[in-house]
Amino acid sequence: MSETILVSTRKGLFTLERTHGSWRIGAADFLGDNVSLALADPRDGRRYAALDHGHFGVKMHRTTKAGGWEEIATPAYPAKPEGYEELDMWGRPLPWSTVRVWALETGGADEPGTIWCGTIPGGLFRSRDSGNSWEMMRSLWDHPLRRKWMGGGADLPGLHSIIVDPRDSRRVFVAVSTGGIWFTEDGGETWAQRGEGMRADHVPPELTHAPIAQDVHCLVQCPSAPERFWVQHHNGIFVSSDEARTFREIREAGPSVFGFPVRVHPREPDTAWLVPEIKDEKRIPVGGKLVVTRTRDGGRTFETLSRGLPQEHAYDVVYRHALALDKTGNRLALGSTTGGLWVSEDQGDSWSLVSHTLPPVYAVRFA
Amino acid sequence: MPRVVFTPNIQRHVECPAMTVGGRTVREVLDNVFAANPRARSYVLDDQAGLRRHMTVFLDGELISDRIGLSDPVGETSTVYVFQSLSGG
Repeated sequence: MSETILVSTRKGLFTLERTHGSWRIGAADFLGDNVSLALADPRDGRRYAALDHGHFGVKMHRTTKAGGWEEIATPAYPAKPEGYEELDMWGRPLPWSTVRVWALETGGADEPGTIWCGTIPGGLFRSRDSGNSWEMMRSLWDHPLRRKWMGGGADLPGLHSIIVDPRDSRRVFVAVSTGGIWFTEDGGETWAQRGEGMRADHVPPELTHAPIAQDVHCLVQCPSAPERFWVQHHNGIFVSSDEARTFREIREAGPSVFGFPVRVHPREPDTAWLVPEIKDEKRIPVGGKLVVTRTRDGGRTFETLSRGLPQEHAYDVVYRHALALDKTGNRLALGSTTGGLWVSEDQGDSWSLVSHTLPPVYAVRFA
Repeated sequence: MPRVVFTPNIQRHVECPAMTVGGRTVREVLDNVFAANPRARSYVLDDQAGLRRHMTVFLDGELISDRIGLSDPVGETSTVYVFQSLSGG
């Protein structure tokens, strides 16, 4: 099991280590700075951190061999063509500029140094040299349907989920809030939309079932059953057994079907975890009780797991990257907007509090 | 030649000492600064080379008028102040 957890927060990157059976906060890097996401690359041991300096923009950092951090290249949008005009859903010019790093994933095991990066306002980038340089996926950005992407919770569209198929590194799935699911099978040369069967209640009826209109909050794939995908969506929970081509909806899942993260067991495609909240206009746990829901039968039934989690006046929101599952499928970690961090060693049956005084947690990841 | 002064807040991330550089517009002056200090560029300008949303540039005490093109003319003895605005953060 992984003994290290990277916790990205509003005020720094915290590295949790497990020693003598208990978790403690080890390194605290970039204190005071907004760390939107971090990544540990198992292929070479490097770690990456995406910082948002507000006034001074987004900056990427990478660990050095000496154990420190160095600033590296930040994914940058290409120059807007002369005279080109594109407005966002609010009628303002869409910024061709990295507003936030919202997804960071390694390429396949057969392509060392390849890193994928998803951003707000929707640009997808790839580095072939461990972040020394980035190439924008113009094939996706220039796709005519990309202009139909819209803001979800954020004002601008954001690409938040990237999945490199374990069978073939050229096959990549991404998900956008809002813009649905996109797929390439040729390493990004061409892209096609996937995701029939999802449903968006917050758009006009003619768009309700359109794949482009879907507000996917989080997309995951079961590595050992790669045809199986799970989606936590703005409208609920959806499952696909045909590589995200078609989805079926799960309408009951414990306290609520609304939430942000979803994780699937690495070897059991029917086992998944979610963190429910009331619903879109009330983004707090149901009844002030923070719980995790788990299904072991593909979504037919759910257990509500609460042991060790706050069950009174808890208003913790768990963002899409703030629920982590390690490679064994046994250990989970959960971080919240109110600075809580919990770890479970038994698939969510019970949770131990590591800290309740962290800054707001954006992302939690096993290293 | 015009003088360029940076906000103290930026120094925590990237060293930006005051400089005297050539240039007849804000764009030319900043281009010359960033030629000597390339890392500073993306802290001040966005991906389209416009001024970052929460950055401001004063020219001899007056806000510049062209935040995108940075075409405001700079005099031989002007001082260009690169500061952050009070919004955001």
